[in-house]
Order: sequence, then structure tokens, then C-alpha cells
Amino acid sequence: MSFEPPIEQVKGKIREMIVGEATRVGGESTFPFHLWEGGMPNPPVVAMEVYDEPQREWPEAVRKVYEDVMDDPVAWAKKCQDEFGADAIALKLQSTDPNGTDAPPEAAAEIVKNVNSAIDIPLIIYGTGSPEKDTEVLKKIAESLPDDNILIGPVEESNHRQIGAAAMGYKKPVIAFTSMDVNLAKQLNVLLTQLGVPDDKIIIDPTTGALGYGLDYCYSIMERDRLAALAQNDGKMQMPIFNNVAPETWKAKEAKVSEEEEPTFGDVTTRGILWEAVTATSLLLCGSNVLVMRHPEAVKLVRKAIEGLQEQAKEKIAS
Amino acid sequence: MALSGLQIFKLLAKTNCKECGFPTCMAFAMQLAAGKTELDKCPYVSDEAKAALGEASAPAVRKVTVGAGDLAVTVGEETVMYRHEKRFENMPGIGVMITDEMDDAQVDGLLGQLKEQQFNYVGRTLRPRVAAVKAADGAALAALAAKVDAGSGAALVLMHDDAGVLQAAAGPLKDKKPLLYAATEANFDAVAGVANELEVPFVIKSDSFDKLAGLGQKALDGGFKEVMLDPASGSLGDVLMDQTLIRRAAIKKTLRALGFPTIGFPCNMTDDKMLEAVYAAVFVAKYAGIVILSDLEPARTLPLLYLGQNIYTDPQKPMQMEQGVYPLNEPGPESPILVTTNFSLTYFTVSSEVEASKVPAWLCIMDVEGQSVLTAWAAGKFVADAIAPFLKKSGIGEKAPHKKVVIPGYVAQISGELEEELGDGWQVQVGVREAADIPKFLRQWSAN
Ligand code: SF4
Repeated sequence: MSFEPPIEQVKGKIREMIVGEATRVGGESTFPFHLWEGGMPNPPVVAMEVYDEPQREWPEAVRKVYEDVMDDPVAWAKKCQDEFGADAIALKLQSTDPNGTDAPPEAAAEIVKNVNSAIDIPLIIYGTGSPEKDTEVLKKIAESLPDDNILIGPVEESNHRQIGAAAMGYKKPVIAFTSMDVNLAKQLNVLLTQLGVPDDKIIIDPTTGALGYGLDYCYSIMERDRLAALAQNDGKMQMPIFNNVAPETWKAKEAKVSEEEEPTFGDVTTRGILWEAVTATSLLLCGSNVLVMRHPEAVKLVRKAIEGLQEQAKEKIAS
Repeated sequence: MALSGLQIFKLLAKTNCKECGFPTCMAFAMQLAAGKTELDKCPYVSDEAKAALGEASAPAVRKVTVGAGDLAVTVGEETVMYRHEKRFENMPGIGVMITDEMDDAQVDGLLGQLKEQQFNYVGRTLRPRVAAVKAADGAALAALAAKVDAGSGAALVLMHDDAGVLQAAAGPLKDKKPLLYAATEANFDAVAGVANELEVPFVIKSDSFDKLAGLGQKALDGGFKEVMLDPASGSLGDVLMDQTLIRRAAIKKTLRALGFPTIGFPCNMTDDKMLEAVYAAVFVAKYAGIVILSDLEPARTLPLLYLGQNIYTDPQKPMQMEQGVYPLNEPGPESPILVTTNFSLTYFTVSSEVEASKVPAWLCIMDVEGQSVLTAWAAGKFVADAIAPFLKKSGIGEKAPHKKVVIPGYVAQISGELEEELGDGWQVQVGVREAADIPKFLRQWSAN
């Protein structure tokens, strides 16, 4: 019997965004890793998290990896770059949290500068999700690093004008954050582009759900995002996707509860690493372009998954 | 082969009564022809029509049951490519490879895990259910299969190239519906013969789509319904490609010859156990029916079982928590009382923030059919005259008699009314709108 492979070519293409000097994100003209029927020129980027305040409350599996650098974001970033081979650094400005230290934008900008000059890989800056404070902080950062192509976010509907304007002024790409809804994501893209932010300087943050904690929603939202962009050729959805994997997965009880407390759950370190790696791998399959991760072993596994997914015996379907 | 929509229509009642959920019999017939609905949705199908429609009415991916009893696994019956289009029906069975090269202790350990390992997730029990059994010859396979069956009750996959060996092992266990692995181009007739005689399901295997579809057609022509496919994927990329093309051929091209669920062996793809779990995740997310691992370490099976549940949960029916009072961080009589809805995501975000705060608290989860706070409020379900009786019946008043309850910030407007409904000296406090602000709120909360 001769089998005619049901190949599907799509009309749409994800825009290619440049972060840092020349790191390309997105650009695929097919569904995630469907290399047998389309192109995916830039494999997904694995960024690693760095915080500007020590995270001593973290589960032990990740705390002990960073214990020696927790008080120094520069050393932390270098460790991720040099020891763990991160593709990018995602610097989380915890110190600016209005419910925490509430550090002023100037102080945050100083930290960003120091981290930026210490690394050669692209830098991503992520605020605390407080719309007012993020506006001040991200504006200041854009201003004080006018020549560096750093990716900044989150930009929400409520502060898109202010951050959008700063990003345009200093040519910074932005992370457009909406909460788990295809239409809201599109609406924010429309608002940002109407403001004048170029299409290829926006990446979608659809809200990441961890395994067991909303992954099902996130997975389907992202599948629908990619269907809209690729199959329906919707230009306002053709931005790459950004997933903040680490904070969600390491919050999950199953990733951190000790074996003493839950004897049937097995080794806690293995479990934590896999919670992050399995969540990230699932997100690769529904269209992630940038994964922000924490545990170096999970990073290694996800890299191997990215490599493995690109190995396809296309001759199997050649006729 | 499959009937066309028109051919099916001719066999229906043609009353357009709509009970099937479609506006007309014709619409139903078209959907049925495309494998997107099931014949039993129409209560008015005659027996003759049923027989005639048997083939056409099977779902695009056929249903296969492996095993019998508590650990039986039913897979297939799938009708869509993407879960949001409707839902994925049958979660993959997760299992383990057991061979005659393992020593007794190893085998016993695995049987113990098959028997006992189970996890509770949002009110569901998740557990590994399958044992793939491999041995050198008929006697060894029969002995090991019998031992695995007696020791675990797992759904069995019996593995050998020789149909005679499969027959020797499967014969005594035929009532347990073991899955025979595998019929290939070389041994199809012999293995299919055993499957036919014992009335058990079997796998067809080939790394060529042409051959796989050819064998699938042969199985259909032979009247077999319970068949699974192994495309023998060589790499992780091949897993994605093979699983996607098989599912697409079945659903979009209604190619019945590939309209069967698949089985996959991440255990054979790498020696790195962590990587094996990641490979298995790709099988689980991408359509596989049975996934065989090299062991059952709970720290590795747990994420895979959760993933199966997440992917196969019905997107139209939000996952719901059971109504009740959830103690977090070991609360006492002085601890704050929070109330919110039973939408699973609401529960997850609120409970994880409360846990992160380390402040002991009582979380009262009210059944509003799985809606979020604002949706349930708008639908009149999360409102004062519903919340008050729920709180009173929940027994929270005895656990924490301070008579103060915190409501989500999004429904601040109901606080006055809720205080009235509760009466009896209750005070309603308005909490925060965003879960991220919960820790700060709780740290500042005091009962007085
Ligand atoms: S339930 Fe049966 S008879 Fe009624 S409309 Fe549907 S197909 Fe026709």
C-alpha cells in the first residue's frame, strides 16, 4: 500500500526577533518542530534566571546550586553563562517589588548595567508584575542602556503606552504579557503596534502554567496562538512566544515537597528537575521560543530534547 | 472502507429530531463520516443500520482495550488533532518493561510498584497500569507473564517475534486480554492468527509508513478491530513526526488503515533515565496510547502521569476541586479564613501563594461548577446568599470560631450583603485582587 503522507504547509510565518547582538528568536514557518513540512531556522532559546536579591526560600534542589552566588547577580549571571551554558540571562528585578524592598529604578538600572557588562549573551529584564513600578523601572533601564538590545517586560495593557514609548525610543524589544487568553494576547499586540512598536520587537508572554498547575490551559492557548499565526496567517499573532517556566514549576508542591513528607513521591531532586524539564518540553511542543529556566540539569535535558526533536528521518516520507 | 456522509444519511431515521446534538440527520451523517462523532449519539438507529454502519461509525482512531480488571487500559477513540477542538478521550497507559534478564528482586520490585504505586490528583487516581514482558522463549515468556499477572494484575504486552512463543505465553492468559507485540511484514499472518484464535489485541510494527498502512489494511480486511501501531521511531524528532502523521492520516484523511492507537518505547531510546522521562513526555503529549518506561521510579512516573491528566482533561469542563475546607500550613482556631471558588486554577494559585506565605490559614473552597471568582459572581453563583449557607455548613465556625472571613478583592461589593446573610456577629474582610499579593496580606492579617 502506498501511503501519501498528509503534509500540511502553512501560509503564516513567525516573525524573527533579534535579542542581544545577534540571537535570533522565532522565524518558523511551520508548527513547532514540524521540520518535515516547513522551516524552523532558530531553535528555541533557553534563558536562565538570575535574581537581584537572594532567594533563600527556594526549594533545596535549586537553592544549593546557586547558594554561592545568591548575593551577587553579576556572579550569578556569569555562573549561568560560563558553567551552565545559558543561551541568555533573564534577570528578575525582585528588589523593585513594591511589596518587598521597593528599590528605586536607579538602583535596579545600576544592577542591570553591571550584569549586562559582565556577560556576552543576551539579557532579558523581567519586572515584578506591578504595572506602576514596572513602568518606572523599565523606562529607566531602557534609558540608561540606550545602545543595548535587551528584551524588557512584562508589558501589560495597563502600562503598554508608557513602556511601549520608552521601548520605541530606545529600540528595545518587549515582552507582552496577558493572562491565558488568545484574544487578549492579540489585543495587546494590536495596541502595541498601533502605538508604533514594530511587529518584530514584540514577544508574547501568554502566562505559563506549570505541570499540574494550569499547564493544560497554557498548552491549548499556545496551540491556538500558533494556529492563528500559522494556519490562519493572522499577522497580529505572528510574534514568538516567551515562557517563564521556572517560577511556576518550582512553586508546585510536587516539585519541592520532601520525600519524608510524601514518601510515595520519590526523590525530591529528581522530581523537581523533571517538573521543570517536562513542563518546558511540553511547551516546546506547543510553540515556545524562549524558555526561562532555573535548574542546570533541567536545562541540559531540555537542550537534549531540542536537539532530539530536530532529528527527523525525512526520507521516511519522501516519495 | 468508510461510507460517505450520503450513504450514512440513507440509513438514518431522517426525522431531524436533533437529539444527537446536530441540527439535521444529514449534518450528523457528515460528522459521522468524518469520524467526529459516534453512532450511539442517535437513539433511533435500527439494528440493520447499525450493522451496515459498523465500520463507518468507528471513531477515526479505534478503541483498544488491553488487560482486564482494575488495571485494564482503554486507549484510542480519538477524534481530534488538538485538544481544544473537543477533547482527547483516553489517557495513555504508562507502563514498564520487564524481562527475563532481570533478577527476581528487580522483577518483584517492579510488580510491587505496579500493584501499589498510585497518586491522587484533583480527585483522580493516577497510576502506571502496563507491563511489557519480554523473554527468550515460549516457556520463559509464559512463566514471566504468569508471574507478572499474578503479582500485579497489570495490563500485559507480550513481546516476541515468534508467533508460537506469543501463543504459548498468551494462551493461558487470554482472558486477561494481553496485547501481542508485534506483527511485522515477516510474521503478520502467524501473529494475526494467534490474535484471532485467542481474541486478543495485537500490535503491528514497521518503520515504513507504506508497510505500516499496508499491514493496517490487512488487519482491517481480516476483520480485526483491536490493533495498535508501532512506527518504530528512531529519534525524538521521529516520534513527533510519526505520531503526528499517523494521527493526521487517521483523522483528516479518514485513513482507517492507520486509525489505531500507538505504542511507544522511550525505554529503548536512551540509557539516561532522566532523558527517558523527557522523551516519554513527548509520547504522552503527542498522541501515544501506551508508553513503556525502563522502570517505575515514582519521581519520574509522577510528572508523566500528571502530564497525561493535563493533556487529556476536558478543556470544556474546567477541572474542579471538591468543595470543602482546606487546611494550609497547619492552621488553628486563630488562623484566617479565606473563601474562594472551586475552579482548579483559582485553587492552585491561591493555595500556592498561601503556602508560600507560610501563614497558617483555612481555605474554604465553594462549589460553583468550576468557575473563576468573577465568572461565578457574574453568574450569580458566588454571591452572598450562596456563600453564607456554604460557610455555615462547612463547619469552619467550629474549626476557627473568630467569625471573620476574607473574600477575594474582586467581589468587594458583596461584603456588606454577605455580612448580613451570615449575621451572628460575622465580619467580612475584603482581601486582595491578585494572588501574588496574598502573602503580604496574610502576614499583616490579625484576628483582632
Ligand atoms: S438523533 Fe438521529 S434521528 Fe434525530 S436528528 Fe440526529 S440523526 Fe436524525
